[in-house]
Amino acid sequence: MVTFPGSLDDRDAARAVRAAGGEPVALWHADPSLHDVDAVILPGGFSYGDYLRAGAIARFAPVMESLVSAARDGLPVLGICNGFQVLCESHLLPGALVGNAGRKFVCRPQSLRVENVKTSWTSGYRAGQEIVVPIKNMDGMYVADDRTLDKLEADARIVARYRLGNPNGSYRDIAGITNKAGNVVGLMPHPEHAIDPLTGTGADGLGFFLSLTGVAA
Amino acid sequence: MSIDTVEQAEQTPDQSQPSKELGLADDEYRQIREILGRRPTSSELAIYSVMWSEHCSYKSSKVHLRQFGDKAPKTDALLVGMGENAGVVDAGDGWAVTFKIESHNHPSYVEPYQGAATGVGGIVRDILTMGARPVAVMDSLRFGRLDAPDTARVLPGVVAGIGGYGNCLGLPNIGGEVYFDESYLGNPLVNALCVGVMRTDGIKLAKADGPGNKVVLFGARTGGDGIGGASVLASATFDDAKPSKRPSVQVGDPFAEKVLIECCLEIFAADLVVGIQDLGAAGLSCATTELAAAGTGGMDVDLDVVPLRDPTLAPEEILMSESQERMMAVVTPERLDDFLNVCAKWDVTATVIGTVTDTGRLRMTWRGETIVDIPPRTAAHEGPVYRRPTERPFDQDAIQAHDGSSLPRPRGGDELRKTLLRLVASPNLADKSWVTDQYDRFVLGHTVLAQPEDAGMIRLDDSTPRGIALSVDGNGRYSKLDPYAGAQLALAEAYRNVAATGARPLAVTNCLNFGSPEDPAVMWQFAEAVRGLADGCRQLGTPVTGGNVSFYNQTGSSAILPTPVIGVLGVIDDVAKRIPQAFRSDGAAIYLLGDTRDEFAGSEWAYVVHGYLGGRPPAVDLAREQLLASVLIDAGRDGLLDSAHDVSEGGLAQALVEAALRGDSGARITLPEGLDPFVALFSESTARAVVSVSRPHEAAFAELCADRGLPAARIGTIDVLGPSLEIDGQFTVALRELRAAWKGTLPARFG
Repeated sequence: MVTFPGSLDDRDAARAVRAAGGEPVALWHADPSLHDVDAVILPGGFSYGDYLRAGAIARFAPVMESLVSAARDGLPVLGICNGFQVLCESHLLPGALVGNAGRKFVCRPQSLRVENVKTSWTSGYRAGQEIVVPIKNMDGMYVADDRTLDKLEADARIVARYRLGNPNGSYRDIAGITNKAGNVVGLMPHPEHAIDPLTGTGADGLGFFLSLTGVAA
Repeated sequence: MSIDTVEQAEQTPDQSQPSKELGLADDEYRQIREILGRRPTSSELAIYSVMWSEHCSYKSSKVHLRQFGDKAPKTDALLVGMGENAGVVDAGDGWAVTFKIESHNHPSYVEPYQGAATGVGGIVRDILTMGARPVAVMDSLRFGRLDAPDTARVLPGVVAGIGGYGNCLGLPNIGGEVYFDESYLGNPLVNALCVGVMRTDGIKLAKADGPGNKVVLFGARTGGDGIGGASVLASATFDDAKPSKRPSVQVGDPFAEKVLIECCLEIFAADLVVGIQDLGAAGLSCATTELAAAGTGGMDVDLDVVPLRDPTLAPEEILMSESQERMMAVVTPERLDDFLNVCAKWDVTATVIGTVTDTGRLRMTWRGETIVDIPPRTAAHEGPVYRRPTERPFDQDAIQAHDGSSLPRPRGGDELRKTLLRLVASPNLADKSWVTDQYDRFVLGHTVLAQPEDAGMIRLDDSTPRGIALSVDGNGRYSKLDPYAGAQLALAEAYRNVAATGARPLAVTNCLNFGSPEDPAVMWQFAEAVRGLADGCRQLGTPVTGGNVSFYNQTGSSAILPTPVIGVLGVIDDVAKRIPQAFRSDGAAIYLLGDTRDEFAGSEWAYVVHGYLGGRPPAVDLAREQLLASVLIDAGRDGLLDSAHDVSEGGLAQALVEAALRGDSGARITLPEGLDPFVALFSESTARAVVSVSRPHEAAFAELCADRGLPAARIGTIDVLGPSLEIDGQFTVALRELRAAWKGTLPARFG
């Protein structure tokens, strides 16, 4: 669990990891060591205030250098919201995230369809499974050129799409994508806020964390 | 640049000074000269002018606010009372909760985005200063009419500012209110509330104790923003403001504040400070004088070392700057290195600017010369106190006498149905998710209830099921009709909202928004509202823990509706037992608790349909409120209730619509016998709630109400798959139609 200055949902992601039977380990942006963890989550928030461009400065953090090379070697990495933005800025994932089509922060329960269930983070779901998790962001519109989008679709690298309404204008309703190897996943909605019906939109998001820890969903 | 030093002040006693321009009355200026035994230096004048402004000194309100202490009910719930940055409430099991509401009205009119954003930033720092982790925010917002052109400028900016700042801090926004009335057109109200959680042994106080201890300024650099803001914004209406007094709004940097929060919490955890204070209104002037006055009594400060964003700032400007995201701490020399190391870890600029002394004087130097040498208490606590004249407005009797009882009322099912659809779509009763969907309500992972629930509720920590509930309420129209009752009605509604979630109301915060205190009619409204609130709090057993007064909310000679906004905090032992608002259990019985009378003065119906305001507001019955609350809390604890929703603006009809739409459930209602259907549906009688009870619990619930003597009328059943709300013998209206009317209003205006 990496904390950048301005990370907000780091404790929430740690809670989700615990709920899935994992042990969260705090990583610090300025410490290049990954401390031998089995997987890394880049949490939501506004790293460094995101005044330049969401995730644009976080990618230069010392921890990111180690993370990029470990990810290329197969370390499972999940970027949620701001974490997704950081993964795109780091070129671990293609495309970019820009301001919501409505030009407003959007916070609401969002219905998704999980499409790729072969990644490190989605193997606990059924293909086509429909889930509800919260979305909450300012810069959530996923954009890429047509060739990239076609390729993502052809390679089945779209992890989840929005259904029952696209909250931010993302191209082709994309809510999350993965790299070729399936170990790096970027996701705009927040599954860590859907692990307990008491405090979230339900428990549909727990599957992302259970997929990793290997406990059957 | 010439510097006005203490030495110079002694030598040039007759030099003329811009005391009036700084908002000081002649008497006040004379008083300063008496205290110092000479004329003040320009830096001292800057300090006194901001510290003695209405905003910082409460000089017009103090004599009234004393009632909150004098009439305070006996309670074990308060760990820290009024006077500190925020009151602290004992939430049980070693948990303490601190909360406060504060206005940022004028800045939000001038520059809606930054005004509202820095309002959130300021109240969050107040909470942080107590040693608590800020865990949630709420906002009470009032604007001009929805269709007024300026509302389209102010509202979206305010909402974006609150969201932009709060979301970036990672604080869930769990509730609040949004109202529209023409009186707020030139004076929108932006009242921001923050709540924080800590262990009871972690409480921090704002005092500079221990001679030799270091005074550290940390956080953002000091810039030219908001200079004179506190004094000028709170001292004059816009109409007669001279160009030199144009308000300058501060600019917020939420990222800097987020880092400052984490930095402070790490500092608190390691117990590295003796005292701490945030820099808000009146900036360094306020922090230095208040810390010194509350501690050993003296402080030496070197203004040259204050880190500046703009190196050309004069010392007077440094003292008055309201640059955001700054804090001041008192640290022992032994802990100083540890303190500075934590700041370095978070890249927070920290500078030792002074030392605590036992001289009883606040001394400041600039370029080696002494420019300030004052007894700090005289600026911080011993400012002028005014007993302003009060006079019942000449038209108050007439307003109350014309009670609107002859206004034409809808008759028959068809007219009632049309009235219902018109009311649910009216700006004050319509769905507010256009606003609240711009706020993050999930972050931190403890939000159990958020808007549009009756109260926001959060769990205190992962390690405990214990939680708190909070509601803020106000009603300017009721207060205009009777400010004493209006304050109590706001208190009663917030209290009822908290109880409706199953939490036990414990303590009160308030934000009192009024016109000019120099107008005796306004001052009468204020005095009545404070008296009403203090009496109400005593009767309900919920002490006032702190709050804020905002005067001068007027354009020319017309003041806003008197608007006391009241926040009530309650505690619940187990958040899993919270009672939601939504109808959700098929076949469950719907009960109306409390008595319904023919009460329409100040109602939404009179306002929306007739544009009318007159009469006496609904009767206040605080004993009944307590009874209702006790039933809701006990029934919730025992798991008897599937849902509960308070009945207030818009009456029973609005409560039923909200509960049905929230649960997407139909309901069949039979109105109580002996009541006119219009009165039954739309009266705003207080101390009422709508609850639903599943069949196995009906007998126990009915018995509980009978035992306690609470009127409970079984008025219908829930039909979860039913497509409509059916009022037997009157009308049926499809949920789809209700939803379209309820949800359409704000998006139609703001896109």
